[in-house]
Amino acid sequence: MSDFKELSESVISGNFRVAKDLTQKMIDGGTDPGQIINEGLIAGMNVVAVRFKAGDMYVPEVMMSAKAMSIGIELVKPLIAASDIPSTGKIVIGTVSGDMHDIGKNLVVMMLESVGFSVVDLGVDVKPEAFVEAVKEHKPQIIGLSALLTTTMLNMKETLVALEAAGVREKVKVIVGGAPVTQAFCDQIGADGYAQDAAVASDLCKKLVG
Amino acid sequence: MLVVGELINTSRKHIREAVEAKDAAYIQRIAKEQVEAGADYLDINCGTRVFDEEETMAWLVNTVREVVQLPLCIDSPNPKALAVGLEFASSGQSMVNSISAEKERFESVLPLVQKYKTKVVALCMDDKGIPETAEDRLRVADKLISDLLAEGILQDDIYLDPLIKPLGVNNQYGVEVLDSVRSIHLKYPKIHFVCGLSNISFGLPERKLLNRAFMVMNIAVGMDAFILDPLDQSIMSMFGAARALAGQDEYCMEYITGVRAGRIKA
Repeated sequence: MSDFKELSESVISGNFRVAKDLTQKMIDGGTDPGQIINEGLIAGMNVVAVRFKAGDMYVPEVMMSAKAMSIGIELVKPLIAASDIPSTGKIVIGTVSGDMHDIGKNLVVMMLESVGFSVVDLGVDVKPEAFVEAVKEHKPQIIGLSALLTTTMLNMKETLVALEAAGVREKVKVIVGGAPVTQAFCDQIGADGYAQDAAVASDLCKKLVG
Repeated sequence: MLVVGELINTSRKHIREAVEAKDAAYIQRIAKEQVEAGADYLDINCGTRVFDEEETMAWLVNTVREVVQLPLCIDSPNPKALAVGLEFASSGQSMVNSISAEKERFESVLPLVQKYKTKVVALCMDDKGIPETAEDRLRVADKLISDLLAEGILQDDIYLDPLIKPLGVNNQYGVEVLDSVRSIHLKYPKIHFVCGLSNISFGLPERKLLNRAFMVMNIAVGMDAFILDPLDQSIMSMFGAARALAGQDEYCMEYITGVRAGRIKA
């Protein structure tokens, strides 16, 4: 088994101790840091994402894999300039105004980071203006809006209106998700994409930046 | 002990389609089936109809009313939809699902609870969100219960929902709920506890197994109402058995009767 394959396997099985040791060994042996990330750590998470989406892996397993990956990334990070860390794209994400739920949103953040996106998480109860500010400051390709309540999902529309009013709507793709949200609702409010779970969200984002 | 039948909810595909097609017969069939399966209340939720929730609520309540005498659990975070549902839900003591310690929600839902003298599901959360620690949950529950009591709501009409988070995300989320129910129950022996069960198993395989086991554990610490699918015979059977074991079934008559009627089965 190649070193990369072995590293990927440790990520897939969520064995963070092995992932840490293998990453360190590769660093000591002079392996290119970018390759460690792309061909080892992220390659492993890509497999996890596929299995999770297919229902062959479950949330706790994915969390262990994500932890294994991030332990590896933390070791590699100091060795490369921030600009050289491979990034699939940049996403600003948050639970919309009036809504305090974050478990689903956090799972989406975890999946996105795992497949190489850099994610700016604005947290919960994020006002439309805060999303506008974040677009101006971070210049993401995508904004992710989360809501768990049928009352707060209307604030997704408010957020879209605010982005429009600020003249930045065209600069970003807006995706929506959360238990009461549907594709029909997404279309109705004029968002660019809907994902029913964290696995689909990461696929959707890859497609939108691809 | 109460079973609130959860099936009339527009987030479920068949109900959504029936609402869109104004298929009253389907809604009425689901209502009757839940009654026959042993539900004590029927939950009515059309929160996904964000653009015509009030109108849909009126139609659903009236449609169910035509065939079912059971009291209804009017389920919406939107006070206007709650008001419409309560107005038409005439028979028995309705239940409001739900109020919380969030200031705006508390103030807008409370007058409805008072006006219609309903039972009320009280979500254990405030403006800071869902409590993270057991201590925090206790603090929010305390405030919520004492505020409701101060407004003249009876302990016996309060159903505290501790809010259940997925075990798959944190393996302590189950035991935290059990600990809080136990300690709040000690402090307020007359208030009730209710929860939806399916959140606990999110992200894990064989979800129904976890839902059932969690229900039994909750009954053991004082939870006495569940929002669930009464057509799922295995959970209803487990409910009947656990209720008897928890000393909540005099002479085990509900259990025996349920077995004879074929509702409770091993």
